[in-house]
Amino acid sequence: MDTLASLADGFVVALTFQNILLALVGCFLGTIMGALPGLGPSNGVAILIPVAFTLGLGPTPALILLTSVYYGAMYGGRISSILLNIPGDEPALMTCLDGYPMAKQGRAGEALALSGIASFVGAFFATWGLVLLAPQLVKVALLFGPAEYFALFTLAFATLGGISATNQAKSAFAAALGLGLAMIGVDTQTGVPRFTFGEVHLYDGIDFLVAIVGLFALSEVFIFLEHRGSAEEEAAKPKIEIGRIVPSWGLIRYCTPTMLRSTVLGFIAGVLPGAGASLGSFISYSIEKKVVDSSGKTFGKGDPRGVAAPEAGNNAAAGGALVPMLALGVPGSGTTAVLLAVLLSLNITPGPLLFSQNPDVVWGLIAALFIGNLMLLAMNIPMVGLFTRVLMVPPRILMPVVAMISFVGIYGISGSSFDLLVMIAFGVGGWALRKLDVPLVPVILGTLLGNEMEVNLRRAVTIDDGNYGILVGSPLAIALWTIAIVGFILPIFVGGILKRRMKQAHEEGSLTD
Amino acid sequence: MSDRIFGGIGLLLAAIFAWQATIIQESFLSDAVGPKTFPLVIAAVMALSSLYFLVKPDPEPEWPTMGRLAEIGLAVLVMIAYAELLPEVGFLIATAVASAYLTWRLGTNPLQSLVVGVCTSVGIYVVFKLVLGLSLASGPLGF
Repeated sequence: MDTLASLADGFVVALTFQNILLALVGCFLGTIMGALPGLGPSNGVAILIPVAFTLGLGPTPALILLTSVYYGAMYGGRISSILLNIPGDEPALMTCLDGYPMAKQGRAGEALALSGIASFVGAFFATWGLVLLAPQLVKVALLFGPAEYFALFTLAFATLGGISATNQAKSAFAAALGLGLAMIGVDTQTGVPRFTFGEVHLYDGIDFLVAIVGLFALSEVFIFLEHRGSAEEEAAKPKIEIGRIVPSWGLIRYCTPTMLRSTVLGFIAGVLPGAGASLGSFISYSIEKKVVDSSGKTFGKGDPRGVAAPEAGNNAAAGGALVPMLALGVPGSGTTAVLLAVLLSLNITPGPLLFSQNPDVVWGLIAALFIGNLMLLAMNIPMVGLFTRVLMVPPRILMPVVAMISFVGIYGISGSSFDLLVMIAFGVGGWALRKLDVPLVPVILGTLLGNEMEVNLRRAVTIDDGNYGILVGSPLAIALWTIAIVGFILPIFVGGILKRRMKQAHEEGSLTD
Repeated sequence: MSDRIFGGIGLLLAAIFAWQATIIQESFLSDAVGPKTFPLVIAAVMALSSLYFLVKPDPEPEWPTMGRLAEIGLAVLVMIAYAELLPEVGFLIATAVASAYLTWRLGTNPLQSLVVGVCTSVGIYVVFKLVLGLSLASGPLGF
């Protein structure tokens, strides 16, 4: 009951004119960003953070805007999957498999509407899951001391490469790189400068917003420069008739069990560290295929259930991923890492104390998610035609706009050319790392959490008079270390298999055209 | 081969990082751990993973041709020039030129790129400066 009362308070916060307007703008922009190949939830949110920041929005409105973008992008990704057979963002990959065949049968409108409803079901129930689960997790988190936090951060890095990671050394390198970048600047505890090479600009450290925008948004521009004029760009014109937009009740009822099963699976995948939305949709699709179509007759050939499953799954995972981010302050996916950056740059420390110190922020945000979800459902069914038109903007015009907005945002924060140069360096570095298959999310998380992680280590050891044994001094800490080690080692054995299956599944899908 | 070179660079980076960590001046008011320990742990992780790349490299990624690399290099130079010149010439002109260049290099014909560049610049100016009130760089002409 306590929870429901807090949620009601949250609605009071969220239902102001400004916040509703921000949610609306966020949902709209998010859907567009999700729909456009090349812009996904993480870089979409990344380029908007500096903008939200320089606009002087308070913590709650800023978070409402950006999480609406996040949810919206999860909805939008399906549009280009269905119409173009190009996933608008990574989690929408599985939607191509049945969505595009449906579109080729002239049922694009139905597929879009059904996937919109599935997205709504997934996101709606996952938001309820967030409401119920996060406060429970907070209770556990309140038992954490500095040693447990240090173990938890290690766990986050160990599992971040994800269960489908093929090369754990690359994830480890990325994490070390990020943590190393976070060390630059004046040491908060003793006041000595570290790794600054005497450069005054570096005394405050590297602003993680600069790093995020460079790594996520600018590197995408370089990727496009490298591949310009390739077949993908030429194909980016929806030629397909949309057809009827409202699906029949019969079809919705037919897909309901699928949506509910996928929602549960997706939510669990979202909450677990290192899984995230892409894996959520993959698991939902594969399990649904096993359950309802074990002989493989209809899935992959335009089965509506094959559209509903991954969409419910990835939206539920998006909601689930907010649970560890809000309750523990440790995000498990790229976009939630970016959202963590929002909180940190607004001087709010996420984690268990967030729920007691800033209840208005947490519950206002959650209420806004419910409102945003309804808006997205309304936007994505009748107005889906509008978003399909957005797909006609070619990347050769879009990418420079993305680059320029990135520059504007970063320049708006600091007004210094130095930060822009650092951002360009991150863009080039991000491009090179992506070519080498080094994941970027651990780099971001490292720059975000590096200082916090070190502070917890030093605090734990100092409290115990310099005894490093304290790090494994409680059953809770030992449990966290165990999960971290298992989470790091497991993908070495199963990661390759999983990744190959995900790839295969997609290639099978595109073989049909 | 790429992974081996990457491993080499990683090792070098780890070495520089570790060396820089050891020359951090410790103040007399230090805690039990001090400002050096954690950076040294990071350097060790970096060095170990770099060694792994040297020993067991992944299959070669598809690198772009020299032409494409030059393309990316030129775009980087344009962006650096943009960053440096932004406060000198003002937002509108700098942005129009930079986005026209990028649009052109991504495959629009030159005349169209100019139009797109100017539109992008004016569009961002109107939305961010006039509507949202962000402070953009203003050059000698005031915009």
